[in-house]
Amino acid sequence: MDAPVHVQVEGLTLGYGERVVLRDIHFAIRRSEVYVVMGGSGCGKSTLLRSMIGLLTPLAGRIAYSGRDYFAAGDDEQRAIRRHWGVLFQGSALFSAMTLAENVALPLQMYTRLGERAIRDVVEYKLALVGLAGFGDYLPAELSGGMQKRAGLARALALDPDILFFDEPSAGLDPLSARRLDELILRIRDTLGSTIVIVTHELASIFAIADRCLFLDAAARSMLDEGPPSALRDHSPHAQVRTFLNHGIPLRSLQQSHATLIPAMPEAPESNP
Amino acid sequence: MSETQWQLEQDGDKLVLRFAGSWLLGGTAPAAESLLARLDGSVAALVLDMSGVTHWDSLLASTVLRLQRHCEERGIRCDASRLPEGLTAMLALANAVPAEPAAREGLLGWGASILLVLRQVWLSATRALGFTGEVLLSLWRLLGRRAHCRARDFWFFVGQNGPAALGIISLVSVLAGVILAYLGAVQLKQFGAQVYVANLVSIGMTREMGALMAGIIMAGRTGAAYAAQLATMQANEEVDALNVMGINPVDFLVLPRLLALVLVLPLLTLYADVLGMVGGALIAGTMDIGLTQYIVQTQASISLQSLADGLWKSLVFAWLIAQAGCYCGLQSGRSSTDVGIATTRAVVSSLVAIIIADSLLNVLYDRLGI
Repeated sequence: MDAPVHVQVEGLTLGYGERVVLRDIHFAIRRSEVYVVMGGSGCGKSTLLRSMIGLLTPLAGRIAYSGRDYFAAGDDEQRAIRRHWGVLFQGSALFSAMTLAENVALPLQMYTRLGERAIRDVVEYKLALVGLAGFGDYLPAELSGGMQKRAGLARALALDPDILFFDEPSAGLDPLSARRLDELILRIRDTLGSTIVIVTHELASIFAIADRCLFLDAAARSMLDEGPPSALRDHSPHAQVRTFLNHGIPLRSLQQSHATLIPAMPEAPESNP
Repeated sequence: MSETQWQLEQDGDKLVLRFAGSWLLGGTAPAAESLLARLDGSVAALVLDMSGVTHWDSLLASTVLRLQRHCEERGIRCDASRLPEGLTAMLALANAVPAEPAAREGLLGWGASILLVLRQVWLSATRALGFTGEVLLSLWRLLGRRAHCRARDFWFFVGQNGPAALGIISLVSVLAGVILAYLGAVQLKQFGAQVYVANLVSIGMTREMGALMAGIIMAGRTGAAYAAQLATMQANEEVDALNVMGINPVDFLVLPRLLALVLVLPLLTLYADVLGMVGGALIAGTMDIGLTQYIVQTQASISLQSLADGLWKSLVFAWLIAQAGCYCGLQSGRSSTDVGIATTRAVVSSLVAIIIADSLLNVLYDRLGI
């Protein structure tokens, strides 16, 4: 964990108009780390992600990429920072009027000087990476949800991003596809060295891939804890965090081996007041 | 530049391809065509040597993948054992799932294409007719109080189509009155009969221009809105949700929209008639026709019959606009482009329908001697 800090978030307060959703968020993500943002529904996970990818200007605080404050930067610098991002949106956000190949080719056409043939090769390679070789001529609407998700990933990967953002990557996928996607994410991190930021509440994914994670809480409207998932599960001072992470264990074994934990656990508030 | 990125060497019966320098998406890629042309059936094996590569990313991976596929198709053994470690892993991942064979059908001959188009026209004509039937059935259910529709939707659309449209209707119908008045004044002046401008404007507005102008505006305003709303609902699976709940989409979505427009358009037409005459009066004022004279002349020329002619037309127009808008919306596909297509189609078809219906109604009025 001696890699340099890639993303630095300090004193971040987020909200829509007058309504504050999150405050006092601070964390640092190191290069090539898989960092998971988790929490119950309505805790502001997606709001935090929207802000990290520049769609929501924070009310206070800063988000710095490799030391450059994104929201303080000018248009050109922001564009330069964004060029190294890949984002997989929850609904894939594929352009419905374009084929898969055109979707993946778009960032390559916009940001590189490669010829048509080279772009086509890269597109085929990216589609093959996500297991969609030969589907280049299909329209997004002709594919299943899981395939759309993988196509969205291929588009996010188009420019070999330094940092990849995932919004609920396994939402709407069957367990096998979700697992394959997790493996793919790890493989990409290992080979490309990309930093990965994932917003999810899938415990299986969290334990499978996260190096560290951040727990947001709807009631506190802030972060409760941060650290490696297994450490948080066993040693977090916050009962909510332990409860949340323990739900990944089958209930029966939970009763036997963690019996002492259960009486201490209050109900975690799940939704926004 | 590009030639330095790779070099092909003969080594016995094998070819050795030496990669060198940086292979980054931000840089350039050498043209592969001439190289691939040399890799034909006469080559037994190709060895990839990456020892000279300084930097690489997906550009190198995609090139190697293409070379591998190329060799595979021609039965050339491709030795890629000496690749950088990460690259081997990525290529393994890319080759993990076999490529989907091209599932696309080729292009049809033009004879078949024409048949296909004709079939499409026939299908869409029958579908449009079927939709009219569905709307009528839905109205029948409404009469029997069995239709799934809500009064509040109806009033919402009445508000959207009526009061909200008054501004543009006012502007356009005053100007239509002005145009009619000028058109008539120039001709009538030759006979010293300027005072008949009032007759021309009042009859022109009530019988023809009021309904037509209001209809055209509402086709662009409301017909387009209906189509866009329903197409978006279609894209969002909302129409499917209604169906699954056992709520008939025609009852729930089309009826309130249709009835609201059928109620509002005649009222807007009346309003347009009056404002058109106001516009005519403005011009008459500049031609030394007194206001009183204009009003008296208008009263003498206007009849309930000509008002009714225009109102009947507007009823027909309202039905056509609402039906075209809703039909195009409900027939829409699920993508953002489809929403645009549905909206365009709704506006174009309701405008065409309005003009055709107007001509037919004029012929009909003439035959009936109205």
